[in-house]
Amino acid sequence: MEYGFTTAAYVVAAILFILSLGGLSGQESAKRAIWYGIVGMALAVLATLFGPGAGNWLLSLIMIAIGGGIGYVVAKRVQMTEMPQLVAAMHSLVGLAAVFVGFNAQIELARVLRIKAEDAGHVFQGFAAVLAHKTPSEIAMLKIEVALGVFIGAVTFAGSVVAFGKLAGRVDGKPKKLPGGHMLNAGAMALSVLLGILFCTGTGPAILWLILITLLAFFIGYHLIMGIGGADMPVVVSMLNSYSGWAAAMIGFTLSNDLLIVTGALVGSSGAILSYIMCKAMNRHFVSVILGGFGGETGPAAAIEGEQVAIDADSVAAALNDADSVIIVPGYGMAVAQAQSAVSELTRKLRAAGKEVRFAIHPVAGRLPGHMNVLLAEAKVPYDIVLEMDEINEDFPSTDVVIVIGSNDIVNPAAQDDPNSPIAGMPVLEVWKAKQVFVSKRGQGTGYSGIENPLFFKENTRMFYGDAKDSVNKLLPLLD
Amino acid sequence: MKIGTLKESFAGEARVAVTPSSAAHLQKLGHEVFVESDAGSLAGFSDDDYRKAGVTVEGSAADLVAAVDVVAKVRQPSEGEIAQMREGQTLISFFYPGQNKDLLEKAKDQGITAIAMDMVPRISRAQKMDALSSMANIAGYRAVIEAANNFGRFFTGQVTAAGKVPPAKVLVVGAGVAGLAAIGTATSLGAQVFAFDVRPEVAEQIESMGAEFVFLDFEEKAQDGAATGGYAAPSSPEFREKQLEKFRELAPQMDVVITTALIPGRDAPKLWTKDMVEAMKPGSVIVDLAAEKGGNCDLTVPEQRIVTDNGVVIIGYTDFPSRMGTQASELYGNNIRHFMADLTPKKDGVVNHNMEDDVIRGATVARDHDITWPPPPPKVAAIAAQKPKEKKKELTPEERRAAEIATFKAETKSQVTLLAAGAVVLLLVGLVAPASFMSHFIVFVLACFVGFRVIWNVAHSLHTPLMAITNAISSIIILGALMQIGSGSAWVMILATLAVLMAGVNIFGGFLVTRRMLAMFQKS
Repeated sequence: MEYGFTTAAYVVAAILFILSLGGLSGQESAKRAIWYGIVGMALAVLATLFGPGAGNWLLSLIMIAIGGGIGYVVAKRVQMTEMPQLVAAMHSLVGLAAVFVGFNAQIELARVLRIKAEDAGHVFQGFAAVLAHKTPSEIAMLKIEVALGVFIGAVTFAGSVVAFGKLAGRVDGKPKKLPGGHMLNAGAMALSVLLGILFCTGTGPAILWLILITLLAFFIGYHLIMGIGGADMPVVVSMLNSYSGWAAAMIGFTLSNDLLIVTGALVGSSGAILSYIMCKAMNRHFVSVILGGFGGETGPAAAIEGEQVAIDADSVAAALNDADSVIIVPGYGMAVAQAQSAVSELTRKLRAAGKEVRFAIHPVAGRLPGHMNVLLAEAKVPYDIVLEMDEINEDFPSTDVVIVIGSNDIVNPAAQDDPNSPIAGMPVLEVWKAKQVFVSKRGQGTGYSGIENPLFFKENTRMFYGDAKDSVNKLLPLLD
Repeated sequence: MKIGTLKESFAGEARVAVTPSSAAHLQKLGHEVFVESDAGSLAGFSDDDYRKAGVTVEGSAADLVAAVDVVAKVRQPSEGEIAQMREGQTLISFFYPGQNKDLLEKAKDQGITAIAMDMVPRISRAQKMDALSSMANIAGYRAVIEAANNFGRFFTGQVTAAGKVPPAKVLVVGAGVAGLAAIGTATSLGAQVFAFDVRPEVAEQIESMGAEFVFLDFEEKAQDGAATGGYAAPSSPEFREKQLEKFRELAPQMDVVITTALIPGRDAPKLWTKDMVEAMKPGSVIVDLAAEKGGNCDLTVPEQRIVTDNGVVIIGYTDFPSRMGTQASELYGNNIRHFMADLTPKKDGVVNHNMEDDVIRGATVARDHDITWPPPPPKVAAIAAQKPKEKKKELTPEERRAAEIATFKAETKSQVTLLAAGAVVLLLVGLVAPASFMSHFIVFVLACFVGFRVIWNVAHSLHTPLMAITNAISSIIILGALMQIGSGSAWVMILATLAVLMAGVNIFGGFLVTRRMLAMFQKS
C-alpha cells in the first residue's frame, strides 16, 4: 500500500483519538467515545501492518492476538476496586515497551550504519530504510530522542511497578527513602545526563551507555515512587500516565511517526492535567507531592478536645429513618471493605423511603482519580446523585445526616481551622456542618496522612466502628 | 465499691439518684448497688423494680449509709444527712458550694469526700455527666407544658370550620440548654417562637431549633461565650437598656414568655419588668425558670403561680425537673453512672479518685478534711474562642470593574509571557535542530495544545475511565514495534516482538476495561 494511504489513516486515527478523549466530557457521550478510540487504534495498527515499512506481519498478528487474549482476560476479571493497580500495571507495560523500542532503534541504527559503511548500495527494508535515509544531524537528533524515550520509559516502568505494588498492598504503602534521599535521585539524574551526552556524541560503547541510562532510570523511578505515601497515589498514577505518553511521543520522534507523537502528546497532557487537578484538590504543589511525604509541619498541630463517641447500628438506623436528606461520603475505606454494593442497597432503600440521598466525592478520594465514581457506578448507584465537592459543599448545613464511609483526610476540618496542620488549606468536604455525622471506620487510627481528625471528636459526630461492609449490612434490615 | 441512694428528704422532691436501669450499668462497672426503701416511689420505681435489677433495698436511711461507701443523692444534702456519714465516705449530689459554705465546712469536718454534680466542668468530655444540662433540658420542656396548661388557647395555628385560630407567640429569653429545649418544645407544639440571648453566637442554634432570633441592633464588642465557659456574663448598662426597650416593644404581642436567663454565681438579671407585664394581654403566661435565683421577672413569686391584676399568669415554680420525676431520675441516674464510670476507669469496682483529672477535680468540693473548692481552671478550654467574623466588603461597581480589568490584565500578561517564552524555546530549538525534526515538533506542540484543551472538559467522575482509555491509546507505541519487528537483527526482532505483545495486552485490556466502566454509569 502507498505511503500516502498510511498517512491518511494516521490522520483519521489521530482525529479519532482526540474525539475519543473529548467525548469523556459526559457519561453518555463517553459510551460513543470509547468506540472512536477502538476504531482509531484498529485503523492505526492495520495501516501500519499493511503499510510500507512493516515486516513480518504474521508474527505481529500472532503477538497481538496473544497479548489481546491476556488483556481480554485481565479486563474481564479485574475487580473495580483493583482498578488503580491495573492502571499502574498497564503503565508499566507501556513504559517497558517504550524502552524496548528505543533500544531497537539504537541497535538497528548501529546495524544500518555498519552495513552502509560496507556496502553503500545496500537496499534496506522497513524501519531500517527510514534510518538509512537520515543525515548525520538527523542521526544526532535521533540519538537524543532515543536517550530521552528510553529514560522516560524506564522511569515509567519502574515507577509503575512500585506503584502497582503499593496499590495492590504487596509493598508497604508508607513513604520510604534510602539514606541520601533526593540527593541520590539528583545524583542518578546527573549521571544519566552525563551518560546521555556520551551516548549522543558517540563516545565509547553506545549500547552500554544506553543500558546504564536505563538502569539509572529504573532506580530513579523505583526510589521516587517508594518515597511517596499511599494517599498521594492518585497524583503518582496520573503522573505515570503522563510519562507513558511522553515516552510514546519521544519514540514517535525517533521513528519519525507523527501519529505516535500526536497520541503521546495527548496522553501526556492528559496525565499532566490530571496530576494538576489532584494536586490542586490537596492544595499541594506537584513538586512537594513528587518529592514525597508531607512538607514538614510548620508548628504543633492544635490539640483536639473531646472524645470519640461510638454508636451502634440501631441508633444510626433510627437517625436515618428520621432524616429527610442524607449525604454519603465514600473514601478508600469503602473500596477496601468492598462495601459499595451494600452502600448502593442502603441508597436504594433510603430513596425508596422518599429521602434525598446524595454522594459527595472529593477529587482525591480513593487511590485513583475518579475511583469512587467507578465503584459506585459498578454498584449501580445512578451517577446523577453522585456529586463533586464543589457541587455539594454548600448543602451540608441543610443536611440531616452525613455518613462518612472509610474516608478521613478529605473530611478533616483541621484543613480549614488549624493553620499548623500539615493539610492546612486543602479543600475538604465540610461534613461537620451537617446536623449529624456518622463515621464508619474500622478503628480509632488516623488516616493515610497520619493526621488526627478533629471531626471524630465533634459533638455532632458519632463513630460507627466496624468493617464498612458489615456495618452497612447491619443497617439494612433496621431501616423501614 | 458499694453505692447507695437515699430517699430524698426535701418535701415534694420526686427524683431519685439511681434508677433500676442505671443500677444495671453501675453493676457492670463492678459496683454493688443499694437503695433506701421507697426511694424511687415518687419517680415511679418500686422497691420490687430495684430488687429485680439486683439492687439491695435497705429499710432506713441510717442502714443504707452504714452499708455503703458512696452515697448518691439528687438534692443538696441536709446537715443531718452529712452528720450521718462517716469519715472517708463519698457523697455525690448537687451541692452548690458557692451558696452553701456552711454545708461545705460540715463536709470538711466530717471528713467525707463531696462530689458536686453542679460543678462538673463544661467540657465536651464531661457532657455525659453534666446534670445541670440534663435537668435544664427537662425544665425547658416542662416550662412550655406548664405554660400551655395555663394558656387558654392553642399553641398551633389552625383553620377550622368554626373559624381561624392564630398560633401562639412565644418568647424565650436566654437560649441556654433550658431555653433551647423550650424553643424546641414550643415549636413542636406549633407556636411561633422568638428567642433572645446576649450571646450572638447562639443565633445559629436558635434558628436551628426553628425559632426566630430577636436581633438587637447594638454596636458593642460581642460577648465571647468561650471566655465564660459557655455561660452568659453580665452586660453593660447601655446594652441592658437597649434590651429592655426591645422587650417592651415585644411584650404586647407575646402570649407566652419563658425566661431562662441566669448568670453563674449571681442573682438572676431582671429582664421582664412590671410595666412589661402590664403591657401584656390578659390570659398571657410567663414562666420564670430563674425563680430560684430571684426570677427574671419583677413580679415572680418563687414556688408559686400568681395571677396579676391584668390577668397575666406568672409561674415561678422551682421544681420543674422534679415534676417529671421519672424522666429526670433516668437522666440524672445516667449522669451519676457516667461519673462513676470515670471514677472507676478499670471497671473493676475500685474507685480511683484521680485529682489530676479535670472533671473529677472540678466536681470534688471537699476531700480528706480539706475544702477543694473553687477548683483551679480546667486544663483544656471548654469552647474554642469565637473567631471574629470577617465582613465581606461590598464592592462598588467601579471597584468591581477595576478588579475585572486587573484580572484581565494579569491573565493577558501571563498568557503573553507564556507564549513569548514558548516562542523563544521553539526558535532556539529551530536553530539547532534539523528541518525534519521541526516538522514533527510542530505536530507535537499542536497535539499538546489540543490535548490540554480537550482534557480540561473531561468530567471529574470520568477520570478513571480517562486514565484507562489514555492507557489504551498510549499503546500506540505498538506502531514502533510493528515497524521494527521485520528487522534483520535477531535482537531487534525479539525486543520488538515482546513490545508488540505488551502493547497488545494494553490495547485490549485498556479498551475493554474502559468499556466495562462506562457501561456501569447509569442515570437514575
